[in-house]
Amino acid sequence: MIAAVLAYPLYMLVRLSFEQYGLREIIAHKGVWIGTANYAQILHDSQFWTVAARTVLFTAVLVTATMVLGTLIALLLAQLGPTMRVLITTGLVLAWAMPVVVAVNIWYWMVDFEFGVLNWALTELHIVDFERHDWFVSPWSGFAVIGAVIVWGAIPFVAITVYAGLTQVPRELLEAAAIDGAGPVRTFRDITMPIMKPLFVILTSLSIIWDFRVFDQIWIMRDQRPTTDYYTMSIYAFVDAFRVSEYGLGAAIAVVMVLIMCVVAVFYIREMVRVGEVR
Amino acid sequence: MSSRAEPIARRPRRRRRLRRVGVNALGVLVFVVMTFPVYWMVNTAFKPGIDIQSYTPKFFPHPATLRNFSDAIDRAYFWDVVKNSLVVVGVVTLLSVVLAFLAALALAKFRFYGRRAFIVLVIMVQMVPITALIIPLYVLLSRAHQVDKLSGVIITYLTFVLPFCIWTLRGFMIGVPRELEEAAMVDGSTRFGAFVRILLPLVAPGLVATSIFAFIQAWNEYIIAYVVLTSPEKQTITVWLAGFTTLRGTDWGGLMAAATLTALPVVAFFVLVHRRIAFGLTAGAVRG
Repeated sequence: MIAAVLAYPLYMLVRLSFEQYGLREIIAHKGVWIGTANYAQILHDSQFWTVAARTVLFTAVLVTATMVLGTLIALLLAQLGPTMRVLITTGLVLAWAMPVVVAVNIWYWMVDFEFGVLNWALTELHIVDFERHDWFVSPWSGFAVIGAVIVWGAIPFVAITVYAGLTQVPRELLEAAAIDGAGPVRTFRDITMPIMKPLFVILTSLSIIWDFRVFDQIWIMRDQRPTTDYYTMSIYAFVDAFRVSEYGLGAAIAVVMVLIMCVVAVFYIREMVRVGEVR
Repeated sequence: MSSRAEPIARRPRRRRRLRRVGVNALGVLVFVVMTFPVYWMVNTAFKPGIDIQSYTPKFFPHPATLRNFSDAIDRAYFWDVVKNSLVVVGVVTLLSVVLAFLAALALAKFRFYGRRAFIVLVIMVQMVPITALIIPLYVLLSRAHQVDKLSGVIITYLTFVLPFCIWTLRGFMIGVPRELEEAAMVDGSTRFGAFVRILLPLVAPGLVATSIFAFIQAWNEYIIAYVVLTSPEKQTITVWLAGFTTLRGTDWGGLMAAATLTALPVVAFFVLVHRRIAFGLTAGAVRG
């Protein structure tokens, strides 16, 4: 029963992607089968390819930043004394607890062109003169702000989980490596990494999945009407369906997203099965 | 002899102390970067308008005011959206915990055909982007005449919250050895009695954790509520908050006060369960 509830929307998604489903069909509650026409349309649409490439690049940068920074913070936590560790963990949990809508609004306020604290700080520190600088004029710096919100929100989970993993690495191995004269970098690469590999695979796949489908942050940051410069695949599918009322077309884009995600999901599930979680 | 050996012995110690200071300084930096946005929200929320709209930001809310909070509360539909959010969250939490408990029980305790396939399905659904599923869900809801109704949102949330709840609860139940229950039954307890006296107390922390998880998910969710609930008096708090910016310019003080109020319940509960959430997603990935 539960399986049916979960699988039915997926089935509907695939079916919609083969249908002409616009305003008239929404009212009639019935789509018109048009075969692969929706797919043909998006695959011949140059904007779709731009958006797809942008989404992949965006995801790659965010995941790399999240994983590297998260792991570095975890390693730092392992070096610190208990008081500092509790302090930083509390800070991480606080950032983690912020609802996405709240986090986006805070960052939006911090980068406000007129009274934003970031422009003030950058100008004051003489890094660049950003007085009345609008971050969203260029999509590159706009995406940098959006990326910062996402990475800031994602780091706590990665850092805390990797730290928990680090404490599970047997001490004897690390001590043996130190006695054999291995430096910290070598120890991390040859001892810690191999032991923690399953955890890293799982965290990386989860991050890819989360960052690939990002919607709220971009949508709210751009006042719920992003320009085409800010389209990612989620936004594109959403706009096609709910703004242009081409639900079939939007569904086709969504199916392409799901297929790409399936590739990543394979790695995640395989690793979960391997570590014996799925029994 | 000893005086000559001293500098050699001292140098590593000084280097170690320098390292300590460096590591701690880095730690403070991480703490500041992670907490500053949250601080800035609260700080702005308590500042009077004149200090918010100032070209040199003030880092302490002095003089402090509650004006922004009263502005946020007096804003149109505040009490409506709070009530709606509470209704949605309450129903979703209750239903998902009860249903997830039963499903997890089936998954953890009884073997049935296609069990592994079911678990993989649960994980798969977690991976499918909401933005992809929102399209068919909207079409389905419009067919069932559930658009612009809280019940439509509740049904939709359940499909997203349930898989994770089942997954987490199952982790708890697997940890309870079968022998415990069997021993209770050997000692004359009924199956139901064994269930109430042995299993329930052991998975109680799991139930608390999953219900808080469901609470947070339902409270924070934005896109589904945004699409399904079109009239302003039926929206939830996140949709209300996201629509705060107006064409006349943003009332940052009111917005930050409203954001603080929105975040407050989540922060309170999050502190209680963050360990569990991390555990549920990666359980068993690292075993020494």
